[in-house]
Amino acid sequence: MRELRSTIVTLLVATIALGLLYPLAMTALGGALFGDRAGGSLIERDGEVVGSRLLGQSFAGDDDYFQSRPSVTGYAADATAFSNLGPNSRRLANQISARADRYLAREGSYASGLTRSRIPPDAVMSSGSGVDPQISLANASIQANRIAAVRGLPLDEVERLIDEHTANRQLGLLGEPGVNVLELNLALDQEDGG
Amino acid sequence: MTIQGWLQIALFCAVLTALVPLLGAYMARVYSGERTWLTPLMAPLERGFLRLIGSRGAVEQDWKSYGLAVLVFSFCSLVLLYSILRTQGIQPFNPEGFGPVPWDVSFNAAASFVTNTNWQFYAGESTLGYFAQMTGLAVQNFLSAAVGMSVLIAVTRGIVSRGGESLGNFWVDLVRSVLYVLLPISILGALVLISQGAVQSLGGYVEAATLAGGDQGIALGPAASQIAIKQLGTNGGGFFGVNSAMPFENPTGLSNFVQLLFILLIPAALTATYGRMVGNRRHGWALYGVMLALFLVGVVTTYGGESAATPAQADAGIEASADGSHSTGGNLEGKEQRFGIASSSLWSVATTAASNGSVNSSLDSYSGLGAMAPLVNMLTGEVIFGGVGSGLYGMLMMVLLTVFIAGLMVGRTPEYLGKKIGAREIKLVLVGTLTVPLLVLGLTALAVSVPAGKESIFNPGPQGFTETLYAYGSQANNNGSAFAGFTGFVQPNAPGNAGSYGLAFADLLGGVAMLLGRFVPLIAALAIAGSLAGKRIAPPGPGTLRVDSGTFSGLLVFVIVVVAALTFFPALLLGPITQALTERLF
Repeated sequence: MRELRSTIVTLLVATIALGLLYPLAMTALGGALFGDRAGGSLIERDGEVVGSRLLGQSFAGDDDYFQSRPSVTGYAADATAFSNLGPNSRRLANQISARADRYLAREGSYASGLTRSRIPPDAVMSSGSGVDPQISLANASIQANRIAAVRGLPLDEVERLIDEHTANRQLGLLGEPGVNVLELNLALDQEDGG
Repeated sequence: MTIQGWLQIALFCAVLTALVPLLGAYMARVYSGERTWLTPLMAPLERGFLRLIGSRGAVEQDWKSYGLAVLVFSFCSLVLLYSILRTQGIQPFNPEGFGPVPWDVSFNAAASFVTNTNWQFYAGESTLGYFAQMTGLAVQNFLSAAVGMSVLIAVTRGIVSRGGESLGNFWVDLVRSVLYVLLPISILGALVLISQGAVQSLGGYVEAATLAGGDQGIALGPAASQIAIKQLGTNGGGFFGVNSAMPFENPTGLSNFVQLLFILLIPAALTATYGRMVGNRRHGWALYGVMLALFLVGVVTTYGGESAATPAQADAGIEASADGSHSTGGNLEGKEQRFGIASSSLWSVATTAASNGSVNSSLDSYSGLGAMAPLVNMLTGEVIFGGVGSGLYGMLMMVLLTVFIAGLMVGRTPEYLGKKIGAREIKLVLVGTLTVPLLVLGLTALAVSVPAGKESIFNPGPQGFTETLYAYGSQANNNGSAFAGFTGFVQPNAPGNAGSYGLAFADLLGGVAMLLGRFVPLIAALAIAGSLAGKRIAPPGPGTLRVDSGTFSGLLVFVIVVVAALTFFPALLLGPITQALTERLF
């Protein structure tokens, strides 16, 4: 029927115009205007890609680095997934509890007066993307004690670095403040070894 | 709950309300064929396209022809998208070399994108190459949105028609929706997103050597251009698996705000378009007011629910109090630090009000109270803003029901905008408003009683029931958000399709839910418009119910809430209400 012909023509035109021309044009324009932001905001050290400004990484086991939020995907940035554990999930309760134990074990000896109820939720609950680059200011402040002690830096020096790598709310209102863990750790390395 | 949180919500509402009359007026001019500032650029493209279509673009269509065009177009779109997904192995722009998507998952995905649902059993970056995302999914993002908007405009023309059966021409409305509205705003949105860091690249995935000595595979892709239309057209299907929680889709508070605006922008603005086209702007504002009020009730309950500790969180001894700028507090499981509780809650309510379905946090991890509004938003039939076009024609059916009930109460023949509402119209309204709830309840009941259906469930206990109710509620209402533990696609070797298989029961049942949930109300709405088109307009008399008054708005809210409550209260009791009332862990 005649609607069929119109349909096929429309789908063909749309596939080419909206499916190829539009994204290709946006790729060219975006790259020209915003450079590496369109390409993933990758960070390079010595010619190697060490990560992205926008993506979190694992620093587990390294006591001289700030630790990222828990991730259920092992910080995979090519297979993102949620934990999907419900609010009444016993499995989740056990997970959070275990993470809280590890947090206290790691930070307790450096941060005086740290108890379970003082642990900020972002430190023990998994992020949405599994590659959340940030932690809360409270989390960073607690960890600052350990970093200062392990790396032999004055505490206010560490706190200054935290401040430098804190992204505040945009326009003073949008979103929540957070500390970029990768950038902070890179800055620490530079400070120390550089 | 913090001051900054409430201020963000207030700012969002203020900006949205300011944009509604501006975009609404613009769209009214576009669909009436009047000149706009984009006309010099787009008119030649529009004429060129209509010449290609030939005579079909010139005829005046009655409701049957319009409906037939929609159905033929959508069916062919379905076949095309299915074919694209099944032939991935031979496509360009597929640097990771993904193979064909399993047949049942492809059917579900194809039905999903053609119906503006964008329900995804798959995760984008571990299943699809760039070609499939660009030419398959993003194209349907534009087209399904344009279909919804066109049908709404056709229905509007039927309501105001002063004789004559014509509802306009589908092809003209379709091309105008894309050229004058969807494409320009998407281009703008994409550029804003890229400026914030959303990726727009055709390069292959990058292997990074992490600072702590490990490695991290980083997926890329032409995401920003797709995300812009995903939100604008109330589609919701993410480029990456975790949708707008992924920093590459939604990097900052500003990108989050812009995407949030896009989610509600066109559905909200169409109320102003409708008001102008029917010559009663206050009625358009009344509809917007009703939608906004119901929306805000949801925002408050979800924000409140997520600001407290969940039973699992409390059991582990973690506090949930916010601490100004230092800690967001609340239920942060499945949420991103940069969005915290307020922006995540606002998004979850906006996306389910608008039949969008994108997420910036994990819904399966929301508290019982926090998840209530998102679920109920969908179950009201996606009329609280709803999908582009489909939300408003869904709301109009509720308006007719309200007018009818009001007429019964005072013993007068119900009339709407001067036209008498008779038995035929009300029968069609019942078909349009009851089909989807029946689908939701029936399919949920079926899925939780057979082993094949229960295979998809992830969380034990009442959460599992809620996952299923949510899944079929979302698909039948063409929303697309999910309690993502509920699965229909198993990928043992993700990323990639090697060894992956679909759960046919969930895939097929979901696909049918989406198709029926989209096209039955759509055709019913067109039929109502066709029926009203031929009627004479009588001047308002003393017995007329004014549709731009507070009484009308209150009555409309009452009807929407009561119909949803009566239909779904037992189902809600089995899932989210139980969870909200118990501290017990499962």
